[in-house]
Amino acid sequence: MLVALAAVPILIALAVKLSSRPATPGRGPLFLDRITQNGLFVAVTALVVCVPLFLPLTVGVVAGDTIAGEANLGTLRYLLLAPSGRIRLLLVKYAGAVAFCCAATATVAAAGALAGVVFFPIGPVTLLSGDTIGVGESVLRSLLIAAYITVSLLGLSAIGLLISTFTDVPVGAMAATIVLSVVSQVLDNLPQLEWLHPWLFSHHWLGFADLLRQPVSWTSFGENALLQAGYIAVCGALAYGKFTTKDILS
Amino acid sequence: MTETREAAPGSLPIDLAIETHGLVKRFGHRSAVDGIDLAVPRGAVYGFLGPNGSGKTTTIRVLLGLASANGGEIRVLGREMPQQLASVLPEVGALVEGPGFYPFLSGADNLLRLDSADRHGSSATRHRRVNEALDRVGLGHAAGKKVRAYSLGMKQRLGLANAMLRPRELLVLDEPTNGLDPQGTREVRSLVRSLAAGGATVFVSSHLLAEVEQMCTHVGVMSAGRLVAQGPLDELRSAGQAHVLVRTPDGERAARVLARLGLVPGEAPGHGVIQGNGLDGIEPEEIVAALVADGVRVRGFSVENATLEERFVSLTGEGFDVVG
Repeated sequence: MLVALAAVPILIALAVKLSSRPATPGRGPLFLDRITQNGLFVAVTALVVCVPLFLPLTVGVVAGDTIAGEANLGTLRYLLLAPSGRIRLLLVKYAGAVAFCCAATATVAAAGALAGVVFFPIGPVTLLSGDTIGVGESVLRSLLIAAYITVSLLGLSAIGLLISTFTDVPVGAMAATIVLSVVSQVLDNLPQLEWLHPWLFSHHWLGFADLLRQPVSWTSFGENALLQAGYIAVCGALAYGKFTTKDILS
Repeated sequence: MTETREAAPGSLPIDLAIETHGLVKRFGHRSAVDGIDLAVPRGAVYGFLGPNGSGKTTTIRVLLGLASANGGEIRVLGREMPQQLASVLPEVGALVEGPGFYPFLSGADNLLRLDSADRHGSSATRHRRVNEALDRVGLGHAAGKKVRAYSLGMKQRLGLANAMLRPRELLVLDEPTNGLDPQGTREVRSLVRSLAAGGATVFVSSHLLAEVEQMCTHVGVMSAGRLVAQGPLDELRSAGQAHVLVRTPDGERAARVLARLGLVPGEAPGHGVIQGNGLDGIEPEEIVAALVADGVRVRGFSVENATLEERFVSLTGEGFDVVG
């Protein structure tokens, strides 16, 4: 899956490089038009492209597989008999999902940076606020965006973990998690449900533009982190309640 | 059937490795396990018998804390379950309802992973213990092979190796010879014996009576969620005692002689055959002599030993259909 994720920025870079038509500003994904001038934007563009579907897809697969996958293989009972302890197993499994979130965004960012360096010129970056920052600083900003997206995915991971404790069929848990991420984004686009938007775990997913200002505005980062923490707390508590009392019959 | 605990009144109660009182496990309205009182003495090889669907595996799951009981008390190795689960499980090696392994890892890697899931397993000795366990079940040469490529019997052996990763006080083996070839079955038998000789208690569930008869010291029989019999193997076998069959035209007279000798006469299947039950302390030749001395025309005489199978069927019923 990480390979597939790494392919995204490379595909973007290749497409832009090989296309003779210059990208029209304002069309296509965010920052796409800037890639030809500055390769550093490949990473950011790739992250933007991956956030709505590709990253939630992979995270849904990993998080949905956590408990249900072990149950399906019949290894869950042996892990518990080892004994690993149910709470410990749940925490380790969630930590694994978190590690995957980090690895996934880091992979996209790293592959993007690499593709950018290989195919395009590198130079100082103009921020949304009009300031210009050097290459080193802009790499830092890319990492910051990757971190923001990683945090964004933690709530979804917790949801996947929770669903995974309810079933012995990993595919079901994966699909349910991915469907939820799509549903949340659809609801987030319905103006009629504005009251609901701040509570949707995907509400801040694309809100990392603030990290491209000078000075960095941390408001959206904080709000996002708080929202994700809430999802982790609620889903974690429910998963704990379910898993510690569950009869393991798989 | 007397329970072992009550076998010696006045003496200290026998140390039990597994003890349950009124253990109940329900799924919805159906009772899978319906108030059973297990008593597995320490050091015993306990054969847990029962037809398919009689609640054996469910009982094992509840004993090991994988499922919660709906009622009753459980003590494993003298400690309350499931409260003391964390301290009991490290002492217990288990094979529950077939092996479960990651197909994409090798046999050795699977064991390493399971052992590292256990905080009590020392990482310094991990590789050595895994290799020893693999050698013990005859998988030394296939240790590096992916489990995907294992046969059912090899997976079963790997499951046994997992149960023996560390010295255990209690081994719970659910159908350990499933899928094994005759050599494997023999090896499992000798393995169980060697474990018992090393002081471990072995709790083996099975529906293979011959196997249980060969390796167990104690037996419990489940039927439709109830424990219908329990005790030392010899005691259970003798409960369906050996009996004599006398083929004679003088039925009534033969019955009187048998009764005088302390046997319980009864009609046996077949014409002109008298059955005498309760062959305790009487030599068969004495019976023949007494019959002949009384003028009974003996045309045939045989001593029939009760097999565990007869006893099992008489306890669990003849029906082939799964109960419940």
